[in-house]
Amino acid sequence: MTTTPPTTRIPVSGLTKRISALGRARELGILVALAIVVVAATIKNPAFLFSNDGWRDLLLTPSILMLVAVGQAIVIITRNVDLSVGSVIGLTAYLTGRLFIDMPWLPIPVVVLLAVLLGAVLGLINGALVAFARVPAMVITLGTLYAYRGINVLWAGSTRVNASDMPREFLAVGTGSILWIPILTIVALVVLAAAAWYMRNTRGGREYYAIGSDPAAAELYGLRVTRRVLTAFVLSGALAGLAGVFYAARYGSVSSQAGAGWELDAVGAAVIGGVAITGGVGSVWGAAIGAVLLMTINRALPILGIPDFWQRAVVGVLIIGAIVLDRVLAVRQRRRLIEARDDES
Amino acid sequence: MTTMTGTTQATRVIPGHAKPLWRRMLLTRESAIIGLLVLVVVVASVTVRGFGQPITLTYLLLDIAPILLIALPMTLIMVTGEIDLSVGSMVGLSSVVTGVAVQAGIPFEAAALIALLVGVVGGAFNGFLVTVVGLPSLAVTIGTLALFRGLAVGLLGTTAVTDFPETWTALAKARIAGTTIPYIMVPFLILLVVFVILLHFTPFGRGIYAIGLSKDAARFSGVDVERMKFILFVLAGLVAAFAGIFYTLRFGSARGDNATGLELQVIAAVVLGGVSVFGGRGALHGVVAAAVLIGVISSALRLANITSDVINIVTGVLLVLSVVAASVLNRLQQSRRRPGRPPRVAASTAT
Repeated sequence: MTTTPPTTRIPVSGLTKRISALGRARELGILVALAIVVVAATIKNPAFLFSNDGWRDLLLTPSILMLVAVGQAIVIITRNVDLSVGSVIGLTAYLTGRLFIDMPWLPIPVVVLLAVLLGAVLGLINGALVAFARVPAMVITLGTLYAYRGINVLWAGSTRVNASDMPREFLAVGTGSILWIPILTIVALVVLAAAAWYMRNTRGGREYYAIGSDPAAAELYGLRVTRRVLTAFVLSGALAGLAGVFYAARYGSVSSQAGAGWELDAVGAAVIGGVAITGGVGSVWGAAIGAVLLMTINRALPILGIPDFWQRAVVGVLIIGAIVLDRVLAVRQRRRLIEARDDES
Repeated sequence: MTTMTGTTQATRVIPGHAKPLWRRMLLTRESAIIGLLVLVVVVASVTVRGFGQPITLTYLLLDIAPILLIALPMTLIMVTGEIDLSVGSMVGLSSVVTGVAVQAGIPFEAAALIALLVGVVGGAFNGFLVTVVGLPSLAVTIGTLALFRGLAVGLLGTTAVTDFPETWTALAKARIAGTTIPYIMVPFLILLVVFVILLHFTPFGRGIYAIGLSKDAARFSGVDVERMKFILFVLAGLVAAFAGIFYTLRFGSARGDNATGLELQVIAAVVLGGVSVFGGRGALHGVVAAAVLIGVISSALRLANITSDVINIVTGVLLVLSVVAASVLNRLQQSRRRPGRPPRVAASTAT
């Protein structure tokens, strides 16, 4: 299933170049799709791009999902999955609101930090159960999806946090911009760049790919699989926690159902972005672009004259199209590699 | 195995079978769940007022009927090591198709047939992508989860169809004369018998376990892996569509968002019932007991006036506890049997 074998022993430099180009083309493909959607919507209604609100929404709306998708991508690359992110967003968003109401003297950065910390702790619970109990992540995070949401409902009841409960400076962060770029987008891009650098250039990052490609081999090789898997879940939880803070800041109103169903959007964004559900393949860039594509299509459909009720169907077609495309590319590449090997001998 | 040295070396001994029969029968995951179910029922009948009333059973069974129905094919799919996340959306789609067809003037019976056909086509689409194209079922069914739900919501928007024939909506809620059991249990029991025979008493069923234990070994021993998986996905689509028709009639309304998130409840019941997510393990009586257990706890909590959302926590914690306990027990047993054996590699979700 790996599109780039860990040890490429092919001396033909032209071929390896082509393979790396293929890998890059995968992210390029989604980028092109994104551009087509934006251009089509803009031609139909120039306000989609060339108005203050349109431009801001274009960048702001995907920022929250982008964070979650980056965390999800890291977890999926280790051949696990985190279905609890939607519930983590809900809990941390509500915590953010609650802290502003119950402890108004807390400075905003401390509140943000506490929410991210809660996300990390919730991720740690997932990770510990997965890594130490050796139970499939899908089952564990399905359980914690229910449990975290239940705690949220128990805590919030039918109450909700409203914009008037939160300090104005905090809400200003949620909608404000620096140099025409929304603050939340800048934060999301910084997180994305850091995660991408970490996954691509550090030893730790490469170990995630090794674990996802072949967990047994990674363990035999001496990689600390347990610790890495744990870290991946903590990262995913912390990013979902940050997304929860963003959610509170952006929408200004948090009920006990905040973030419900986001886990599927996050997994969908990662899969559309070329992260293979079988682990070891893909990049956080791809997942982030996938997230932007999902949210942009969501907003573009009504402009293009398609009722937005069809949005989920389009998402489904995109996910299926993306995995079929990945499969076709993988099969073609394997054939090329075999041909190259045969030519050599 | 070490206990058998010295006796016949030639006969192969299955380690589990060295234990006496009663231990093999009683000390299983399935018995544990059934025991827990009995315990919860007894405790609830004593402590929760109104739980012993016959009406409780009626509503309990009506509520969990869709979960019970879909859990049957889901068990088979998960024993092969695959998963189908699209069943909840298929319930919604079948509900909407029934509604749209009835609205267009087609008689209800024909509309229901069309909905069942949509279920077969949807299941076949899943099966095609998994078996012919060779994609992981987790990714495929996340895609069709969105696709089927999108079609359902797209077809009806925010409107709902409510004009279904009185006879049918009444039948969906009716009880079998003289009992407190709703009529939906009749098709469920028929399906249960069919699936129990299929899984536990036919070569097809042995093949399902064989695929879950090792796909390659199953293929080499003559099991048509692809064809069997394809059939299972079609069955899941068909049963989900049937559950969708029941859902529509029971609430008398076809809406695009019917049964959202049902797939998670079904999978929770199946896993709690002792089916391994890695495939190859599980039995239908455990799954049925687990589905009823979740229903009983939820209904007891509701009667005890505890907010019904606590059921989410209970479901989640039960699910996590059951798999963690099974995994820990399994490892303890293994380490006792063979000390010095290297531990199994970290869990994965590859399906």
